[in-house]
Amino acid sequence: MAQVSLSNIRKVYPNGFEAVQPSDIQINDGEFVVLVGPSGCGKSTLLRMIAGLEDISDGELRIGDRVVNDVDPADRDIAMVFQNYALYPHMTVEKNMGYGIKNRGASKEEIARKVAEAAGMLNLTEYLTRRPSQLSGGQRQRVAMGRAIVRDPALFLFDEPLSNLDAKLRNQMRIEIKALQRRLGTTAVYVTHDQVEAMTMADRIIVLNGGRIEQIGTPSQIYHNPASTFVASFMGAPPMNLLEGRFDNGTVMINGGTALMPSPLQRSGPITVGIRPEDVLLEPTGPLPFQVDIVEELGAHRLLHGRLEDQNFTVHVDKETHVSPGALRIALKQDALRLFDVKTGQSL
Amino acid sequence: MKRAGFTNVWLPIALLLPQLSIIAIFFYWPAGWALQSSFYLQDPFGFGSTFVGFENYTDLTRNREYLRIAGFTVVFCGLVTFFSLALALLLAVKADKVIRGAKTYRTLLMWVYAIAPPVAGFMGIMFFDQRNGPITEFFQVLGWDFKLGVNYFDTATAMIMVSVWKQIPVNFIFFLSGLQSIPRAVREAAMIDNRSAAGRFWGVTFPLLAPTAFFLLIINITYALFDTFGIIDTLMKGEPGNNPMTLVYKVYLDGFRGNDLGGSSAQSVILMILVLALTVFQFRLIERRIHYT
Repeated sequence: MAQVSLSNIRKVYPNGFEAVQPSDIQINDGEFVVLVGPSGCGKSTLLRMIAGLEDISDGELRIGDRVVNDVDPADRDIAMVFQNYALYPHMTVEKNMGYGIKNRGASKEEIARKVAEAAGMLNLTEYLTRRPSQLSGGQRQRVAMGRAIVRDPALFLFDEPLSNLDAKLRNQMRIEIKALQRRLGTTAVYVTHDQVEAMTMADRIIVLNGGRIEQIGTPSQIYHNPASTFVASFMGAPPMNLLEGRFDNGTVMINGGTALMPSPLQRSGPITVGIRPEDVLLEPTGPLPFQVDIVEELGAHRLLHGRLEDQNFTVHVDKETHVSPGALRIALKQDALRLFDVKTGQSL
Repeated sequence: MKRAGFTNVWLPIALLLPQLSIIAIFFYWPAGWALQSSFYLQDPFGFGSTFVGFENYTDLTRNREYLRIAGFTVVFCGLVTFFSLALALLLAVKADKVIRGAKTYRTLLMWVYAIAPPVAGFMGIMFFDQRNGPITEFFQVLGWDFKLGVNYFDTATAMIMVSVWKQIPVNFIFFLSGLQSIPRAVREAAMIDNRSAAGRFWGVTFPLLAPTAFFLLIINITYALFDTFGIIDTLMKGEPGNNPMTLVYKVYLDGFRGNDLGGSSAQSVILMILVLALTVFQFRLIERRIHYT
């Protein structure tokens, strides 16, 4: 068990490309932190620096009380689960899981006991004598998990471990991994590009974009109070509606002239207005005109795609609400507006 | 899935014919001829032959020189195979770690592959030359009075060194591509699981190279048995005398210099059986056991 702290961690490749800008992250003991962002945002690089598979260009990395910048990956007391499982193809499941502690001088009995324990946890007991090639994708993923558990490390690192699995298995493994981490109480850093995984698994989410931390917060903070337009559009499916608007005499207007609400902020000029699709109510006497173009049927709910004052807009309605394309009136729930600076994209 | 087939019987036969005829003319026909003449005693001047049954074979088992050459061939094959595999593996592992200038480095190591065996042998002669060969001089510094073509042991050493040197590039190419086909994540997982680089090599990298290594083992034994002929011939300068030689060279020597076609044929039939056994060994035992996926 350990807390992890990254101070001013930076990664610059020899060709001058700055993959990770100086970043500060504090991860508490037992916390499940998810690094999320689009491809090339530096999330994997960050994880690999924590693992020791990538050199740290600048800054200080601590696991527990130890500075581990120059410590060998094998000595960092970490265990990593890779995207394509990275099992040793020539070893049985049992040997795969025991390899790490065997190299750390564990006795035969201890290895057998720990492997049996982990295999029991992961329903792998009957597969212990098989080779990885004789297992399904989900089973291989479990073996990779087992290999990490047997090590009993201070820190789990996950590098997109579910992206090779089909959707159904992914949902199931998501819950299993989370439950397992809860039970073991081991600190975990999990990298994914899937915002659903991030939202469902994380105690805290770190959103990365272009090698920079956009926001650190709980899933709820990230979802309800995105720090920037990037976070607002990346997290949530469908993403937050972002409308062009402006402050006018203490009122937020959207381009086209419709007033949304009085502004508490004392300023004027252009602004980006964010509205979550589910923060909209269909009301025949609502103040805003909404032109529905397409109704997307999703079973449990429906998405109405259309235009608000000629800007793209999406509304989420429940399955009882039947709508057909055409003109509607809508109203906003209380506290539905999020305001962002037009130039920097930062929350105001 | 629909299987495409020929409607006409003669077309596939016609398509196969060139390949089959090449095999028949250049392999089966001479092999059959060798088998036949191994049961005969030929007149040295080509005027006739006498059927002698298995006498050519039984003579060989009693021939002390033949047994000595067979013994040398086993040692020669063993040493050439071992050193060419071991050194190539070492070079491949090191080349795999090179980041800057990797391509140049690899190309330089592969160059030797393009050298024909007699040329390699000739270069060996220059290196081991009695008066100004650099390797001979080096050995003399170490106190070893090296005499190529005179001393049995010294000539054998030179043969083995040149043969190993010639074979390293082939092994290197295969080992390097074998190393590069090991998934990066597997190596990284091993880095986290095992602190010792040597432990990682023997525990993970080497077993994953085993399919390549076994394939190369067969290739190298075949090379040491047969393809070293040019090197041996050049190094001996056509003066076999008391010098070491392999079974293949002995076939040539008895058949073409000694004009004993029957005995020579019997020797080549024995070699054919040896190769057959090697091939069966490769397909039956090794191919089945070493593949993981």
